Amino acid sequence: MKILVIEDDRDSARYLEKALAESGHSADIAADGETGFTLADSGTYDVLVVDRMLPRRDGLSVVAGLRAKGHRTPVLILSALGEVDDRVTGLRAGGDDYLTKPYAFSELLARVEVLQRRNGSADVETIYRVGDLELDRLSHMAKRAGHEIVLQPREFRLLEYLMRHAGQVVTRTMLLENVWEYHFDPQTNVIDVHVSRLRSKIEKGFGVPLLHTVRGAGYMLKVPGKI
Amino acid sequence: MGRFRAIISTTAARLSALYLLLFTICALALVLYMTAQAAKILRTQTETAVMEEVQNLAQVYARAGLPGLVRAIDRRSRIPGANLYLITDKAGIVLAGNVAEIDTRILRNEGWTREPFEYLRFSGETVEPTHHALAHVFVLPNEMRILVGRDLGEPERFREIVQRSLTLALSMMGIGALLIWYFVGRHALKRIDGVSAASQRIMSGDLSGRLPVTGSGDEFDRLSENLNLMLGKISNLNEGMKQVSDNIAHDLKTPLTRLRNRAEAALASRQTTADYKEALTDMIGQSDQLIRTFNAILMISRLEAGYSSERLEGVDLSEIAGDVVELYAPLAEEAGASLTIETSGPVAILGNRELLSQTLANIIDNAIKYAAGVENPVVRVNVASENGTPVVMVSDNGPGIPESDRGRATERFVRLEKSRSAPGSGLGLSLAKAVMKLHKGELHLGSDGQGLNVSLVFAHAGS
Repeated sequence: MKILVIEDDRDSARYLEKALAESGHSADIAADGETGFTLADSGTYDVLVVDRMLPRRDGLSVVAGLRAKGHRTPVLILSALGEVDDRVTGLRAGGDDYLTKPYAFSELLARVEVLQRRNGSADVETIYRVGDLELDRLSHMAKRAGHEIVLQPREFRLLEYLMRHAGQVVTRTMLLENVWEYHFDPQTNVIDVHVSRLRSKIEKGFGVPLLHTVRGAGYMLKVPGKI
Repeated sequence: MGRFRAIISTTAARLSALYLLLFTICALALVLYMTAQAAKILRTQTETAVMEEVQNLAQVYARAGLPGLVRAIDRRSRIPGANLYLITDKAGIVLAGNVAEIDTRILRNEGWTREPFEYLRFSGETVEPTHHALAHVFVLPNEMRILVGRDLGEPERFREIVQRSLTLALSMMGIGALLIWYFVGRHALKRIDGVSAASQRIMSGDLSGRLPVTGSGDEFDRLSENLNLMLGKISNLNEGMKQVSDNIAHDLKTPLTRLRNRAEAALASRQTTADYKEALTDMIGQSDQLIRTFNAILMISRLEAGYSSERLEGVDLSEIAGDVVELYAPLAEEAGASLTIETSGPVAILGNRELLSQTLANIIDNAIKYAAGVENPVVRVNVASENGTPVVMVSDNGPGIPESDRGRATERFVRLEKSRSAPGSGLGLSLAKAVMKLHKGELHLGSDGQGLNVSLVFAHAGS
């Protein structure tokens, strides 16, 4: 994946460049808003990572400018501002996701990878399948190996989110934001308890584990041995 | 002199000057109109009197002829304060009358003199000073001319009286205005000077200073009161900022030092890769905790200072509480606690879902943690509207907080002795308090014998 990182802090930018490279992605760095805009305008990137406060042209204006020129490249906005309204402003300017500094690299990577796939067709599919696990978004039914799994509404949404991003790392924060629509940090690992309950529902008695814990990052739903 | 100039430049003084000017113009116009009217009436009277005299003389002439007329005129001219009489022959020689000197051109035109004219009056042997008069001239068939007139001394005296009264009245008004102007201006100036002096004191560092309020409730008081409220708000903000920096200094330095020590220790001793890895993981954990604390401090400060940009909108408390309970239900179950919620239908308030959820999450999280230590732990959430006052109460049957400590429990970073072992930043309740302040509500800690009741009491629905 080709990623453009628009970030003025040299250390952060270099760290991101290196860490993204280690994860198998190539990253270009732009140190100010104007350069970033010009590079992004060339249109050859899969995902843009844009810092909100940039010299010469601020991040939100870069994103808004790109959207105005018709670019649909997914954008992850990085910001030191963390209030809910700041997030809303960021997304309204055309950002697809918003990450507050300081962040864990695993969180950023997971979000970038999910963003890149967002261009795919998962959003319009009505039935998600991972191995013998099946989820019907219209009838709100989940089945594994033909047996119906009874899920609470929230469990259904959790499974739906995990299945939509099957094969991708999904962090706890992403689950909290997308399934529960909370943006705060619940301190205790409430999400873990929910995931382990869901896991027991979809795995107990079915043999092959599908829902995996990715250490230090989050969870991934996938058929073992397959990407 | 500077003081006088200061008074002149007050609004009151300027207004008084303007009023004085306008009043003078109106008064002048009125007086001019009145004198003009009076003069017109007097003139008409004069003309009537003269015409009557002319009629009389005409009758005398008809009855007694010219000698009789001359006699009559001669007699009438001698009465003190009499009309003006003059009779001349064809050649312009004066036959009788009481006019000593007159412009002869006046006699040439028959009828009314157009303008008052000057003449010298002749009474006996003496010649009186110049007078003004109006006169009627008529010509007899033998070309003798008779002038009958009336002196204008009286109307002129009347005009003088009016003018003198006007001047006097206007001067009195002027003096009055100047006095009012001075006192009102001085009063206003005194109040303003008081406010200025107080502002100076406050600016020079005495932030607890306030502007003087006399208690009269006038516009200066209202202004001072509002400015005082503003000063109070500013000093609260200032206090908040100071508190934040103090707290950051105090409470972030300790974990930062710990973090640094951990790194140093890991570097100092010869260790295996696994040890390094463990040290680094530990350090990441510690920095995450640091960031969490930092975020909480920032958030509380923003909320307390009242400049948070978070918007309030119509939300349902029951729904918010229900969602949070649902989020924590598995956790409670795992801890062996019963977590239940009781609602009496939707409870609408003006609030921020995110902040309220976070607050409730903190409180429920704490309740589960503390209740987990007792037998049959129970955490109950109750959402109700008590006489229109929305209340969310979270009660547990844990060890609770001693009554004497409850007041302190909501202060920042206060972690009561018993809770020291439990994880957390010690900011949960102070965040809850700040969130309630933003919602114009209150946070109450209570107990019904066992455990702790945390109540979020919102402003009355009607208000």
